[in-house]
Amino acid sequence: MSFGCIFVPDFSLEAILRAEPELRSQAVVVLQGKPPLQKIVALNEAAWKAGLRTGMTKLQAEVAGGVVLRSRSAEQESAAHQALVDCAQSFSPRVEDRAADTLWLDLAGLEKLFGSLPKIVHAISRRASAVGLTANVAVASSLESAGLAAHGFRGVTVVPPGEEAEFLGGLPVTVLFADEADRGKAQQFEETFRSWGIGKLRDFAALPAAALSERLGREGVELQQKALGRGRQTLAPSDAPLVFEEMLELEYPLVLLEPLAFVLNRMLERLCARLEARALAARELSIELRLENGRLDPAHKGGFRRSIRLPVPLVDGKTFLKLLQLDLKAHPPGSPIRKILLRIEPSSPRPGQNGLFLPCFPEPEKLELTLARLSAVLGEGRAGSPQLLNTHRREAFEMQHFSPPLEKDDPGHDAGDLVTALRIFRPAIPVAVACRAGQPAHVASKKRCRQVEGDVLWATGPWRSSGDWWAQDGWVRDEWDIAVEENIGIVLYRLVHDLVAGEWRLEGSYD
Amino acid sequence: MSSLSVHGSSGLFLAAGSGEKKSTLLKQVAASARLASVQPASRLEVRPKPEMISTGIPAIDAISGGIPRGCLSEIYGPPSSGKTSLLLATIAVAARSEETCALVDCSDSFDPASGWAAGLHFKRLLWVRCGIAPKTGIRHSRQSPIFPRPVSASDKKTDSEFRLEQVIKATDLILQSGGFGLVALDLGGIGETFVRRIPMASWFRFQRAVEHTKTALLVLSDTPCAQSCATLILKLGARNQKSLPLVPWGAPTHTLLFEGMRVEAEIVRTRLERKPAQSLRADFLTEGVRAA
Repeated sequence: MSFGCIFVPDFSLEAILRAEPELRSQAVVVLQGKPPLQKIVALNEAAWKAGLRTGMTKLQAEVAGGVVLRSRSAEQESAAHQALVDCAQSFSPRVEDRAADTLWLDLAGLEKLFGSLPKIVHAISRRASAVGLTANVAVASSLESAGLAAHGFRGVTVVPPGEEAEFLGGLPVTVLFADEADRGKAQQFEETFRSWGIGKLRDFAALPAAALSERLGREGVELQQKALGRGRQTLAPSDAPLVFEEMLELEYPLVLLEPLAFVLNRMLERLCARLEARALAARELSIELRLENGRLDPAHKGGFRRSIRLPVPLVDGKTFLKLLQLDLKAHPPGSPIRKILLRIEPSSPRPGQNGLFLPCFPEPEKLELTLARLSAVLGEGRAGSPQLLNTHRREAFEMQHFSPPLEKDDPGHDAGDLVTALRIFRPAIPVAVACRAGQPAHVASKKRCRQVEGDVLWATGPWRSSGDWWAQDGWVRDEWDIAVEENIGIVLYRLVHDLVAGEWRLEGSYD
Repeated sequence: MSSLSVHGSSGLFLAAGSGEKKSTLLKQVAASARLASVQPASRLEVRPKPEMISTGIPAIDAISGGIPRGCLSEIYGPPSSGKTSLLLATIAVAARSEETCALVDCSDSFDPASGWAAGLHFKRLLWVRCGIAPKTGIRHSRQSPIFPRPVSASDKKTDSEFRLEQVIKATDLILQSGGFGLVALDLGGIGETFVRRIPMASWFRFQRAVEHTKTALLVLSDTPCAQSCATLILKLGARNQKSLPLVPWGAPTHTLLFEGMRVEAEIVRTRLERKPAQSLRADFLTEGVRAA
């Protein structure tokens, strides 16, 4: 049996550095607590060198100078934890999720898939870096040994099977309480160990078990077994729901879309790395913005939400970014932005290859961007596929999102004949009609924008139709097909007499 | 006096009556390396004929072969000349053969009911309707502010200018996207003065964008506009409108049906053949929507 352990030291700090990677080169401290009593709970090496320690107050951190102060963020830690779970799940389906900063995974049988154990451990470490976390990764023949090695050694560690006690012997006894579950016992036991003069695991493991049991009870013996690398061998796999969310609280409110794009790009890169780790794709992309001034949209309580439904599952951060930019350009939030929450609804990726004998069609990623850009140029709902509605009312159609079928499909109706097409005037041209013997004899447009005037040479009709008489917007109309002699020649029009409004209109021309 | 005289800085001029020197000079010119690299016109390779998309009208296919892919083609004719019927028939044939089609509709005049009657597969048609300004009002802003900015008076243009601007932008976007089998630009209903204002650079750009691709670009207008950029130009006109049956006043008109139009098509220009195009003509009959 082989088990791996991934441990992220200073998890609250790593969660912040994952969201703001440019801070890695600076001294950063993480504060926790209510504003007057905020204390340092985590800090990086640069802050340590500046003389700061955990437990110091915010005031002391500010006095040090040149130190970036950040408050602990539960949302960012949750996102970082999800990323860590994705990283582990991309290697093994059996992952135990016991603490926010530590994960155990079952590596049995993975050698055939990923190579030898050292290769697997290095691959896990690289994957953790790809999702933005610096983690210690260890592999051992027992869960406890892997956990102790991950907590005790930096970077990548492979504990030789059968030599756990010797290998881990040099670690301080405090690593026994590094787990969140054991942290409660730390104060009680550390005091005892100090009084006994025991500092290393090797010394603790050498104590006689019977005497240890008499003094520390069952817990003491369990701790000794752990120090010897003979702990539990059973992993309790967890099956947490898939949540792809990234949150960022901004230090200063954003008022332009360009700087927002930089922030969104970074968040999308992290989400895409997580999707790739799980071999998934995005089906829907949502953005939620917490605005500084929520008066614009009281229904959203100071928030702003937009969702982009993708016709095919995609994993392309640049496409997502462009889609979000175009959407936000078309629907500006209206107030400075304080907080950003990005959410992706995952889905299985689309198959890479389509039919060999199908004609080429636009790439879905490019097509989505093109449609979004067309919407920005023309307005929303002005580019798409028309769909006729089940009614006899004229102009009864709706625009649908354009997503051409990737496979051969049935149009749903027969191939038509060569019909005389009608060109619709939108809006219809109001005309004055002179009738003779109940037939239109002369038409003249009322508006100067579209000049139509001439004698009617030929007319067929009237064709009466009506509908929706049971509703408020009932309609009754007589239609005529007429030929009008104009300066440019003879033009065929469809003339409509709206019997409800009592108006004559030219609805279109035959062409 | 020498028979060879030099005019200007670069030109050579041979005086008449100096046969020997003329032949010597011609030999020198023929032996020069620069001339050797010039391919004689008789040996030029024949450009391969492009793949064609059927228009769905046998008479038109017979004279033109269809609409060439990778080229810009133009169909023009006055109102009620049958050009829209031809366009719908072409899109219907292309969409039914699983091609993805786009219709950039400058005057927003496409009638979905006519499209349905023509057998159009709507799921494969991207209909781009020009004419309405986006509500955000950030068309001309250099930066993209989070706050919406109202459109200023200087941003306003005439309706036709605004539509044509949208047509050019939308066509550029669609052609750059790639993968479309047929892209149609419907400029019908836009005045000649406005259509002629479309810069030649735009037509050249469109032509270059579809060159060496499977996309056929089809322009529909009342008057010719793409000029030398078009590989195929078809002129349409209604043939029988002068001979429409005149009905005596008082006769029952509801017993008559508009049965359709007899359309005459003429190839005005084609670059598909090496020889100059003859004036090929064809006519076809469209069926009236009520008769259908």
